[in-house]
Amino acid sequence: MRGIAASDLAIEAEGLRKSYKDVEALCGIDLSAPAGTVLALLGPNGAGKTTAVRILTTLLPPDGGSARVAGLDVVSEAAQLRSQIGLAGQYAAVDENLTGAENLEMVGRLYHLPKGEPRARAAELLERFDLSDAADRLVRTYSGGMRRRLDLAAALVARPPVLFLDEPTTGLDPRSRIGLWETIEGRVAEGTTVLLTTQYLDEADRLADSISVIDHGRVIAQGSSDELKDQVGGERLDITLESKDDAERAIAALEPIAAERPAMIDGLLRMPVRERKGAIAEAVRRLNEAGIGIDDVAMRRPTLDDVFLTLTGHALEPDEGEGADGEEAER
Amino acid sequence: MSGFGNAVSDTLVLAQRSLKRIPRAPDLLLSFTVQPIMFVLLFAYVFGGAIATPGYDYIDFLMPGIIVQTMSFGGFVTALGLSEDLKKGLVDRFRSLPMSRGAVLAGRTLADIGTNSISVATMIVVGVIAGFSFDAPLAHIVAGIVLLLLFGYAFSWVFAFIGLSSSSPEASQSLGFIVIFPLTFVSSAFVPVESMPGALQAFAEVNPFTIVVDAMRALFLGAPAGNSIWGAFAWSIGIAAVFAFLAVTKYKRAVVR
Ligand SMILES: Nc1ncnc2c1ncn2[C@@H]1O[C@H](COP(=O)(O)OP(=O)(O)O)[C@@H](O)[C@H]1O
Ligand SMILES: [Mg+2]
Repeated sequence: MRGIAASDLAIEAEGLRKSYKDVEALCGIDLSAPAGTVLALLGPNGAGKTTAVRILTTLLPPDGGSARVAGLDVVSEAAQLRSQIGLAGQYAAVDENLTGAENLEMVGRLYHLPKGEPRARAAELLERFDLSDAADRLVRTYSGGMRRRLDLAAALVARPPVLFLDEPTTGLDPRSRIGLWETIEGRVAEGTTVLLTTQYLDEADRLADSISVIDHGRVIAQGSSDELKDQVGGERLDITLESKDDAERAIAALEPIAAERPAMIDGLLRMPVRERKGAIAEAVRRLNEAGIGIDDVAMRRPTLDDVFLTLTGHALEPDEGEGADGEEAER
Repeated sequence: MSGFGNAVSDTLVLAQRSLKRIPRAPDLLLSFTVQPIMFVLLFAYVFGGAIATPGYDYIDFLMPGIIVQTMSFGGFVTALGLSEDLKKGLVDRFRSLPMSRGAVLAGRTLADIGTNSISVATMIVVGVIAGFSFDAPLAHIVAGIVLLLLFGYAFSWVFAFIGLSSSSPEASQSLGFIVIFPLTFVSSAFVPVESMPGALQAFAEVNPFTIVVDAMRALFLGAPAGNSIWGAFAWSIGIAAVFAFLAVTKYKRAVVR
């Protein structure tokens, strides 16, 4: 465990299981997220991410295991829990025949916000999501990116302390994606706990404090992005020497602290590190002592792609079938 | 805040949502107006001369029956809408909100009363132009309209259940037609029950459509009522109650797929 009192966990799940007829979608997964942090569920299509989100948002009862969100049991305290969460599902769930503003007001009224608040909140969120100009247009005239943003805005209407985002950026263009990331980071800075699912490594890497890698209904790895990368190993120092003639002496000086014998590759001295911590300082100290000039030192780290490949034996590739508009994707 | 107060306010919010859609996607409006007009005119002028209705002009005999049939189909909007909400993930969103569990369905069925009212008004106007005349005190006519809307409301719940049970909006619509169409024809709606062959006649006599149509003839035309008026209200309330229960149960477990 991470030494945090159970009450500080905004999301905690133990041994969650769920089967659909013949498919075992979740085979007993544990999840935890301290309040105010971002937990990413990273996994390919069909891994069980949506099923986990549906259980945690009270939409689906688990077959086994238990989960608490914001301190409330997702089964026995589902009714109270719903006022504490916001959900943006995998496909933009907005009403085509209402305007953007009407959609948000409707959600605000269904959260039972005090009188006047739904309208004020709708205007505020439309502004924040860059939809003010389209506020009074019917949603059926919106682009895929605009619908996605409206959908996320709807999840934020009641300022819920825990937010669930199921593949929030799937199908978005790169600019909208970065905009959405910034919004999510803004919410977290204000203290919201976020669980997001994603098939994108860079997304988990950028947003998440903690990542649970899911494959075939199991958590196959869990930790911060750094911890996962450490687990795979393969970190190295790439050192550019002032003079290539020093290579042999440099290799001799660094060998004692390297995981494997350093080597010159493409003019770079490449040293696999044993332990990331202090590795740069120690390498620089040793080279200085040996009187070898250094031009550049960089720590090169494996990506989450490498992590996934190592853990599962297959690469993590988002589905080719995803269209430009996430909400259009159908089976 | 009371649970009941919230349930009522949630229902109204969602009914409003459904009603807003009508002027915005006017294709639906055709089915509340043009379609009933077409039915009245076709039946009155195509079959009118061929069907013997002792004691009544055919248009007088026809109107109560055809309005009842139209009411029973008014709820298809609910089936269509729910099935779409399910497909688009809106049902997921609603179910994740701290709102009343029945409100999505109650809101839609309530909105159907609005659209059914449009149909009833349209049909009465067209009927009167085609020669229909009321032969009953105003209070009975008003009671008849209330019964029509109540019966339509009951079928909105039937359609709610159908919408949540079928795999696509199209499927829900055709399922509705397959179930309800035969029921309306094997009843006293379009021909006198006595003119049917034995087995059909036996069925038609106990068919709730016959009971409701007979009640309507009593309330609009002063025909002998027997027990039909109480029977009609009882059937309407019974159908609404049973299917409301089934539909809400289904909604709570709704799974998008
Ligand atoms: N309603 C359902 N009925 C049957 N199988 C389902 C249903 N929902 C999901 N599944 C199956 O369960 C597994 C996990 O699905 P899901 O949770 O949607 O994964 P992800 O969101 O990671 O893509 C998949 O094999 C999927 O086909
Ligand atoms: Mg999914």
